[in-house]
Amino acid sequence: MNFLSDQALKRLRDGAEMPDLAGTRYRMLERIARGGMGVVYTAEDENLGRRVALKVLDVPGTDGDLRNRLIREARVLAALEHPGIVPVHDVGTLGDGRVFYTMKFVEGNRLDKFIESVASVPDRLRIFLRICDAVAFAHARGVLHRDLKPANIMVGPFGEVLVMDWGLAKILRGEVSSTMLAADPEATVFDKPKQANIASAATEASVVTGHGTVMGTPGYMSPEQARGDVEHLDTRSDIYSLGALLRFLLTGQPEGASTPGGPRLDKSLAAICAKATEAAPAERYPDVQEMALDVSRYLDGLAVGAHRESLFEKAGRFYRRYRFFILLIAAYLAMRVLILLFMHR
Amino acid sequence: MSEDDFQPSGDRFPLTRRSVIERAHSIDAEERAGALEALCVAYWKPVYKYVRWRWNRPAHDAQDLTQGFFAGLLERGLLDKFDSKKSRLRTYLRVCVDSFVMNEDKAERRQKRGGAVLHVALDFAGAEEELGATVMDAARIPSPESLEQFFEKEWVRSLFALAVEDLRAFCASRERERTFHLFEAYDLEGNETISYQQMAREYGLSVVEVTNALAWARREFRRIALERLRVLSSSEEEFQREARAAFGWVAK
Repeated sequence: MNFLSDQALKRLRDGAEMPDLAGTRYRMLERIARGGMGVVYTAEDENLGRRVALKVLDVPGTDGDLRNRLIREARVLAALEHPGIVPVHDVGTLGDGRVFYTMKFVEGNRLDKFIESVASVPDRLRIFLRICDAVAFAHARGVLHRDLKPANIMVGPFGEVLVMDWGLAKILRGEVSSTMLAADPEATVFDKPKQANIASAATEASVVTGHGTVMGTPGYMSPEQARGDVEHLDTRSDIYSLGALLRFLLTGQPEGASTPGGPRLDKSLAAICAKATEAAPAERYPDVQEMALDVSRYLDGLAVGAHRESLFEKAGRFYRRYRFFILLIAAYLAMRVLILLFMHR
Repeated sequence: MSEDDFQPSGDRFPLTRRSVIERAHSIDAEERAGALEALCVAYWKPVYKYVRWRWNRPAHDAQDLTQGFFAGLLERGLLDKFDSKKSRLRTYLRVCVDSFVMNEDKAERRQKRGGAVLHVALDFAGAEEELGATVMDAARIPSPESLEQFFEKEWVRSLFALAVEDLRAFCASRERERTFHLFEAYDLEGNETISYQQMAREYGLSVVEVTNALAWARREFRRIALERLRVLSSSEEEFQREARAAFGWVAK
């Protein structure tokens, strides 16, 4: 038996990881990311002459669980046609037996990188509202994302915001269309909670268990999701994640107070974050639209539902909203006073 | 389109192949001996190198300890105590080795020898040569992390070396020796600057033939290595974790 040098080990690893695209219409370009259960590459679709993102399983599961999850993810994406959700093009099996799917290749930055160049709070809130649009659409189709976090949001070069990585999505029974339910052989599995197991496989900071009980990312997942209470997860679990995401957009971290030296969080925005991340789901916003409405009201200088203002705060908000007219009137009055004083001299 | 339309062809594992842990718990003595042999084949080299490095034992002492460890593995019921929910088999074995080395009295060890018989030829001279080729900082005090890394790396080296040998035999059985030579020349011995064109010229093939042959060999190597790994894992979860560790498929 020959000794394998470190260089040979590296080559063997690299060679074993590379998907075998022979027999497909795709040509490998480069690896761009590694996710919870697979790797994402860029590839060229030689039939259509365009670049796509190709996600492929790394480890084959002997029980087919991972394989089914990747297929399910592709089908969930296919059922969610929305400008804020990355579109899927194709799904299949490679020559080496691994399941893959291709989707639109999104050029741009992950949200956590992108916001480093966005200083203004209103701009950050407008990005957040686009995320809310996509999530609200998925909820309307009966799909929970369950892993909303900055790393799963992409911002394109033209400002388009896309929610990615639906690998942990849960399809809610009773709300889902018949075609999606048919495409989701595991839909019933998610309704049978198993003992929560957070310790096993941590990948890309997401915590994923082997079967059925799928967790999210610490800091972004709701308490009920962290407990593995899969049976009772509903749209309010995603609302918790959106609250953490909003806090991250405003303070740089999903939990707690803002970072020292970072931007001071406005009381109304802090209240929106707090309401969305209440420990009890019943205390949170009932749906994403309600949360988005509060954020929009803040952007418009209106009172938000999550925060009861004092008289002083109301006056401050009134001043901020009508600052131009108030300053105009103040200037006019000051001029009148000066004129009167001048005339009485 | 049904789930069956996505049935993979290459990465399916024969479900009849039981893991070593299952086999070690068998009531059939032959089955248990087979499990011990499988474990020994995959782990003896990492264990030997680990004893040499971690415990700084001379070669002859490390050889005794390695043989003694595997010979007594079943006798002491160590595999019965293994709980896949608490740790990986690899980590568990490493901890057992530590404990074994600490507690083993040399004279007592010699008396105990002969309980279980190892039917695996252990090429200690080869392992010594490999140790000489491994870059190690002997002056550095090993931390728990570096010990784990060292053991993991040697385990991967052992696993891949076995898979390469399996691939060699597989290629021979399919009369694809030339494919294995290409794989050996490019992936095992090749330097960074060698190109497919050079390989094609050297072997009198087209570049496409070289590309296809290497793709086939890598695919089969991956399948064989994962198959070996599956047998050495005690559960599906452990298999997936170990596969990610062995192939470096870790989120970045």
